[in-house]
Amino acid sequence: MVDQKLRATIITGRTIDQGVGKELGKGSQEYFDSAAVCFMDKVDMIKLGLRNGANVQVTSKYGSVVVKARKFPRGSMPGMVFIPCGLWANAVCGDDTFSMGMPMFKGFPVDVEPAPDQTVLTLNELLKKEFGKGM
Amino acid sequence: MTTELKSIVCPICGCLCDDLEVTVEDNKIVKMKNGCAVCEAKMVHGYNSEERILKPMIRKDGTLVPVSMDEAVHKAAQILADAKYPLLFGWSSSTSEAQRVGVELAEELGSALDNCCSVCHGPSVMATQEIGIPTCTLGQIRHRADLIVYWACNPWASHPRHVERYTNFSEGRFEKSEWKEYIQKIKATSGKKKLAAAARQSHFMKYQPPPRPQTCVVDAPPQTIQKMGRKMIVFDVRKTMTAEAADYFVQVEPNKDYEIIQALRCLVNDQELDVDKVGGVPVEYLKEVADALVNCEFGVIFFGLGLTASAGRFRNIEIAIALTRDLNKKTKFVISPMRGHFNVTGANVVFAWQTGYPYALDFSQGYPQYNPGENTAIDVLRRGDNDATLVISADPGAHFPKAAVQNMMKHPLITINPDWNAISRLGDVVFPTQWCGIEYEGTAYRMDHVPIVLRKVVEPPQGVLNDEELLTRILAEVRKIKAEKAAAAPPKTKCAAKVEAN
Repeated sequence: MVDQKLRATIITGRTIDQGVGKELGKGSQEYFDSAAVCFMDKVDMIKLGLRNGANVQVTSKYGSVVVKARKFPRGSMPGMVFIPCGLWANAVCGDDTFSMGMPMFKGFPVDVEPAPDQTVLTLNELLKKEFGKGM
Repeated sequence: MTTELKSIVCPICGCLCDDLEVTVEDNKIVKMKNGCAVCEAKMVHGYNSEERILKPMIRKDGTLVPVSMDEAVHKAAQILADAKYPLLFGWSSSTSEAQRVGVELAEELGSALDNCCSVCHGPSVMATQEIGIPTCTLGQIRHRADLIVYWACNPWASHPRHVERYTNFSEGRFEKSEWKEYIQKIKATSGKKKLAAAARQSHFMKYQPPPRPQTCVVDAPPQTIQKMGRKMIVFDVRKTMTAEAADYFVQVEPNKDYEIIQALRCLVNDQELDVDKVGGVPVEYLKEVADALVNCEFGVIFFGLGLTASAGRFRNIEIAIALTRDLNKKTKFVISPMRGHFNVTGANVVFAWQTGYPYALDFSQGYPQYNPGENTAIDVLRRGDNDATLVISADPGAHFPKAAVQNMMKHPLITINPDWNAISRLGDVVFPTQWCGIEYEGTAYRMDHVPIVLRKVVEPPQGVLNDEELLTRILAEVRKIKAEKAAAAPPKTKCAAKVEAN
């Protein structure tokens, strides 16, 4: 039985590939490949019927974004998803700072569901969609 | 012509590695040694890629159009001078010299002034101001530390040479490198994986996959925590590459760091815990960690955004510093934040020696006011208080929450960045600038507050100014516009002047 949706806790942060991608250029393929992804636990992927590289929609109460699901390569992290820092992660992050200046980058709930019919937007497309501007 | 340069400083992260060897051919970096993957991506490929901005641009009818530097400077100065409360944000990937001019500009404009620290280690600064911080330089740690704790950070990804240069894998004067042991561990793990793969493929053996754990804690307490020599303990919510290299990895539940640190404080102070688990971690594991912390000769806790950005924010850091203070009653212990951008520490330092405060500044009253949570960039943006924004050496377009950037987009946006990142793509006035540490030299502060001079490696593109020169020109133009406005304004009545003075 495949689940329709996974309630998970999201963590955003750095990966070495995202670091390399951003230094090569935010418009580069390397940046897109490394930042528009969502690392998930293998068991959670099986529950949702996802293959490695399938499109998923990640939704929080602050926003929604489509990214590629990837199996987390080390250890297990059931009920947790990880999106590298970048525009795609920020689309679901909240701007509440709890009076400390620091927004919600880690540890808040999101829903993850398969999105086979939706595409992962590129940096330019996402900028146009979210902010109505771009190159 | 080929030139080989040694002792070049890496302008990427807070480690500021100063041992790069760079080969320059025809004013282009063609090869480098000693850098990490991120450094090589920038120094050899990224700095000169197609993403580079080479001309100032102004958005006209929705499209960015190249203009002269004079026109762009005038337009930017006009926007800033007309604004009642602009926000000046970024600074962390710029030199301290440019940051100094930035503070002057903010004072002139009566604006909000903030640096990237507010979305990384701002809470650490707040905690330090609350109870102080026992810390030392990375050199001390390299030579003397025998226990390294990485808490909620992943240097393997964000500071790739930190472990190699300053902690477990560095060869200190009094502590040996643990490289060899790590390589043996990798070989053993690789061998086990090969055996498991062979067993899976074999028709003669019935392979049983190991049972999956039901909880977040995946490892039983290993014996490695008792080993001699340098030890590395990692606390994180997921098993990162750093955790894989560690002697002891403790996987904690998200947002439970405060409870775990508090539990460790109890154990370090010889108190008993009447629960089996804290934050998903069995107390038995924590007792082993507490023993290791107390029994080391020189320990250090490095912490990252996992503490500053999760529930508790600056209280997490406060309690981590309190743990370090407790440990100092029994042994020698220090604590240090893992600063991200190469000069984010410098931004705090420069802002502090210019104004008295390290970030989250407001000059709207004519003097600096400091109030994190109110004057920090995200808070100014979410309230929609600012009516113009200048972003320099940062990319809030890719690193601020969507709602904050949407508010930023409602008003004119000036960007100063060497390449087309997300915020440059959204800018109304876009300035190119030189890569600091590649095309011009300047001062940057390492994560342990040691100032290091970034060196110039190649010549910048023609007509492109560095941050300090550009800001100085904008500041002069702002002053000129304001003087013209003051001269053109009708003379004030005695009564109006009195009201303004009050």
